[in-house]
Amino acid sequence: MTIKTIALSLAASAGFGLAGVASAADLHTQAISATCMSCHGPGGKSLGAIPSINGLDKDYFVKQMKDFKSGARQGTIMKRHAYGYTDAEFEAMGAYFATLK
Amino acid sequence: MTLNRRDFLKVSGAGAAVALTGCATQSASTAAKGNPHVVIVGAGFGGATCAKYLKQWGPNIDVTLIEPNDKFVSCPISNWVLGGIKTMDDITHGYDNLPKRGIKMVKDYVVGVDTAQRMVKLKGGSSIAYDRLVLAPGIEVLTDTVKGFKDAEAAGKVVHAWKAGEQTALLRKQLEAMPDGGVFVMSVPTAPYRCPPGPYERACMVANYFKKAKPKSKIILLDGNPDIASKKGLFMNAWNTYYPGMIEYRPNNAPFAVDGTKMIVSTEFDDVKGDVLNVVPRQRAGEVCAMAGARNDSNGVWCTVNLATFESTTVPNVHVIGDSVLSNLPKSGHMATNHAKVCAAAIVELLAGRQPDPIPVVANTCYSATSDTTSGYVANVFRFEAGKGYVSAPEGGATAKGDELNFAYNESWAQNIWAEVLG
Ligand SMILES: Cc1cc2nc3c(=O)[nH]c(=O)nc-3n(C[C@H](O)[C@H](O)[C@H](O)COP(=O)(O)OP(=O)(O)OC[C@H]3O[C@@H](n4cnc5c(N)ncnc54)[C@H](O)[C@@H]3O)c2cc1C
Ligand code: HEC
Repeated sequence: MTIKTIALSLAASAGFGLAGVASAADLHTQAISATCMSCHGPGGKSLGAIPSINGLDKDYFVKQMKDFKSGARQGTIMKRHAYGYTDAEFEAMGAYFATLK
Repeated sequence: MTLNRRDFLKVSGAGAAVALTGCATQSASTAAKGNPHVVIVGAGFGGATCAKYLKQWGPNIDVTLIEPNDKFVSCPISNWVLGGIKTMDDITHGYDNLPKRGIKMVKDYVVGVDTAQRMVKLKGGSSIAYDRLVLAPGIEVLTDTVKGFKDAEAAGKVVHAWKAGEQTALLRKQLEAMPDGGVFVMSVPTAPYRCPPGPYERACMVANYFKKAKPKSKIILLDGNPDIASKKGLFMNAWNTYYPGMIEYRPNNAPFAVDGTKMIVSTEFDDVKGDVLNVVPRQRAGEVCAMAGARNDSNGVWCTVNLATFESTTVPNVHVIGDSVLSNLPKSGHMATNHAKVCAAAIVELLAGRQPDPIPVVANTCYSATSDTTSGYVANVFRFEAGKGYVSAPEGGATAKGDELNFAYNESWAQNIWAEVLG
């Protein structure tokens, strides 16, 4: 976990739960990322038409989320989901999904 | 249940007080015997997901998951089975992967909860102690609220099929046996009930089947609600474009009786005769919630919880997730998996003596098929705010029209969420 990610996660989660978690990402980041997995599949690995999001490049991921939110990238449903999260959370989730194989 | 006033105040307070209870839990019961033990009742969408994430985020936690059924039969996509575009096999899945994650599966049914001793009693006779208990039993269908339903159900004449399984298969058989020109009568329970769009999706799937196999047939939808309770635009569009004249919709028509011999459903206004009757009675939280003293809303029907942790507002160390919870969040499988994740994260923190996430997020999506090639959805993200509960983020909402791309995503959603819950 980079210093930048830590700072962003802190901002995103108001300092909650950084210690003692098995993975590098804080628990708030893992928990909000888990909301995505009910559609994108366990660990972000999809079995079918919905795209997989595990292992995406972090910058690409963050840009897609921002573009879904702004409407620059059109889709069926991602705008509705992207609106639920902050830019800082996009960064933290991007760093996390990039680590998932 | 014994619960003194001081304990009551402690758990019914917000964040900080809950964290205190968490510390107390750890020193009182887990320190002595090593790993903390979380017992989960029900391996449906909520319970199985919660077990998986507890092990993932709290590897030192012992997790026991109690479920009487050998297989997981999914309600999502069960309407597609009724429409003949999927089979019972497609919606039936095994629990084999859960033990591989270190989850202890116990095939049994919980018949009692002693919250003072922190023990659950099983039908098989044994008892299991817990540090924290998660109740995820889904719904109990109030078959007593429709006169004659129980007899008709026992005789195999009328089912609700609001829990997927044998009743789904039986209802499909009844639809297959129905002659062309027959009438399918279905009732919609008054809200809140499991899966708000579910009844209207069912009407679409049956209509899609009739259109192909028995085009002279009719569907009468007796709705206990004043209007279509979910995704009205989507369903009206589908009924008018794909199935014109086939579906008769009657709002404010809750049935009070059903006769499985004469094949009649009775409402305040009418006796409605049909060839296949599908009555869906009102529902409440699973009975195990009552055993624990957690079915505690003003009508004793649903469970109220601290929505940041899903801990019962009245019973300490008991969490409730999924359809049994009373809140502004929809009762869906997708939502149950989200409750499960927030609850698992909170339990991990509480057992470690830390404060749970004060701003958890849950998301919902309910896809519904409107034909055998089209689907639409309703989707929302909710963010917890102290003092307010879950607040819906902007841009949530429903599609006005079904389409083929959403049908493909609907199918993919089902595959992925089954893998997420059971994989
Ligand atoms: C026709 C239909 C279509 C639907 N379509 C969708 C959809 O497309 N998308 C969606 O998101 N949702 C859908 N739903 C809703 C979804 O099925 C429920 O919201 C979801 O199942 C709720 O999860 P749960 O964990 O609360 O309960 P369940 O998934 O019902 O799991 C409860 C489990 O607890 C067990 N249990 C109960 N009592 C005990 C006890 N005392 N001891 C041990 N075990 C016990 C049960 O055997 C069961 O396995 C649909 C529902 C229906 C009826
Ligand atoms: C309801 C199901 C659903 C949920 C929940 C969901 N997604 Fe998506 N996601 C989709 C679909 C469908 C697409 C394809 C684009 C579209 O149609 O909107 C997609 C596309 C994406 C993409 C683009 C992938 C690429 O290769 O360009 C990213 C990134 C993404 N989602 C991230 C997320 C994140 C992060 C979350 C959780 C915060 C999330 N999604 C939640 C269904 C979902």
